Amino acid sequence: MDSTKKQLRIATRNCGFIDPENIEDYIGVRGYEALANAITKSTPAGIIDEMKKSGLRGRGGGGFPTGTKWSFAAANQADQKYVVCNADEGDPGAFMDRAVLEGDPHSIVEAMALCGYAIGASIGVVYIRAEYPLAIKRLIMAINDARAYGVLGNNIFGSDFSFDIELKYGAGAFVCGEETALIRSMEGSRGEPYTKPPFPANAGYWGKPTIVNNVETFANIPAILLKGADWFSSIGTEKSKGTKVFALAGKITNVGLIEVPMGITLKEIIFEIGGGCPDGKQFKAVQTGGPSGGALTYKDADVPIDYDNLLAKNSMMGSGGMIVMDEDTCMVDIAKFFLDFTMDETCGKCTPCRIGSKRLWETLEKITNGTGTEADFEKMKTLAVNIKDTALCGLGQTMPNPVLSTMNTFADEYLAHVRDKKCPAGVCSNLLEFFIIADKCVGCTLCARVCPVNCISGKVKEAHVIDQAACIKCGACVEKCKFDAIVKQ
Amino acid sequence: MAKISSVADLMKLQADSKAKAAAKKDKIVVNVSLATCSIASGGKVVLEAMKDEAAKQGVSNVEYMQSGCMTYCHSEPTVVVTLPGKDPVCFGKLDEKGARELVQKYLKNGEVTGTVIPVNYNRVEF
Repeated sequence: MDSTKKQLRIATRNCGFIDPENIEDYIGVRGYEALANAITKSTPAGIIDEMKKSGLRGRGGGGFPTGTKWSFAAANQADQKYVVCNADEGDPGAFMDRAVLEGDPHSIVEAMALCGYAIGASIGVVYIRAEYPLAIKRLIMAINDARAYGVLGNNIFGSDFSFDIELKYGAGAFVCGEETALIRSMEGSRGEPYTKPPFPANAGYWGKPTIVNNVETFANIPAILLKGADWFSSIGTEKSKGTKVFALAGKITNVGLIEVPMGITLKEIIFEIGGGCPDGKQFKAVQTGGPSGGALTYKDADVPIDYDNLLAKNSMMGSGGMIVMDEDTCMVDIAKFFLDFTMDETCGKCTPCRIGSKRLWETLEKITNGTGTEADFEKMKTLAVNIKDTALCGLGQTMPNPVLSTMNTFADEYLAHVRDKKCPAGVCSNLLEFFIIADKCVGCTLCARVCPVNCISGKVKEAHVIDQAACIKCGACVEKCKFDAIVKQ
Repeated sequence: MAKISSVADLMKLQADSKAKAAAKKDKIVVNVSLATCSIASGGKVVLEAMKDEAAKQGVSNVEYMQSGCMTYCHSEPTVVVTLPGKDPVCFGKLDEKGARELVQKYLKNGEVTGTVIPVNYNRVEF
């Protein structure tokens, strides 16, 4: 191990190293050995104990301890139990599950069989979004090969344990990543969540005990069982063990997937691994947890990242999207962007989410176009908290997070919009004015020629002027001016 | 194809697979990232260009393989080349021209060219 390197790849250990379409490549890196050991040398209770000891928590975002979840399903008596892999990755900017499914599908097949052995299930179902055709192709290939080689099917490794996996396709509804909505969708009903309890581990798919785990959670499991729970729990923080895969996107130099030990700081991720913002721009904030999370700023740069610390910061781990924003980003606009997504994706079952999201979005729209008031700002806070407290499922409960966290951290920016009718980042076009600095203008006429509404006037070699009433704030003149004579404010 | 019906069968297959991998040590191994995103950014074009150029240049001792995401979105398409007896080197931001240059310079003469991406992680290996 090279201690100067910040990343540690466990879930993505094989991605980019083996041929995902060749089962023997996977077997060559001790693939299916954990399953063989479990079935022939250990008991289901032994596997669950090992999972509990490892401290692995759900990587889909909730962070529920995996071993504990498994023990609930194992304790239930039923004629049929199910293992479900949640591959309905829908967060904007998150693609770690696709990377694992396309790069190392057998690790998911093996882990699902391990879960089946531990809880006493004989059927596994992967709920995968239809927008991932290559992941689906490679997963089907992996399942077929696993069957042909005998590591899936009847009497695996000569034991009396049998397990097989089928696929269900999601149509790309964000809410179906929520486990109860996912189960409804798998059953052929509308993808709408229901209240828990009953928890799926007690009564899930077709009313039977069901374990729903995320792709990344599963990807960790063969490695944990091969190297031992003690090894895994030695990585990370006290309450969050192991590593987390993040998708670094947005205004960051090294866009890409990273896998880092829990407890790493934001500073290390953004500046050491990510290389900071491109073009020498100032880092402003990073949105973790996708549209359900919140924005962290430089103030939080030294906070060790784990489930609990992110929650304490009004954000969440989520599935691991990290959208980086630089100084040119308007936080009100960003909050509106994320809300726009969740408003589109609300299933409509409960009122706080269905109507609350719309009203919240309308208020943000008012603020960004310059007609918002301070009363709107206050009302929005109340509404956001109400939605959070009363929505039925995770989607609605976390939907106001981007608004609440930006209102909290960037209150001055909101107030600039409502009080001064200014957008400090220069994004909200209704709040901008373009000016020509007379001293810098050489009268080249270029701006006047590119202006689509002909609102710039002036003689050749004399300073030009923009007619504010006619200006549509398109910014074309700023881009063309070679003398930096046009400013927006 | 071997049907695995016992742990011993699996361990034999594992040993065979490891032996196969070890046998590649004397070859030039070209590993092209072909996840959805890598393909979209031109990974398949790069693979075909390298095969074509290697044939033209008479570089024959090459084993091509595909793999999934190499995690370097900022520099797709990416290719990892392992010359016999050397550490793997990851080349990024390739296109058809870059891929041909890679064959002419690195595969043929061991001369590093284009964008090299340093390894920035530790990894559990089995």
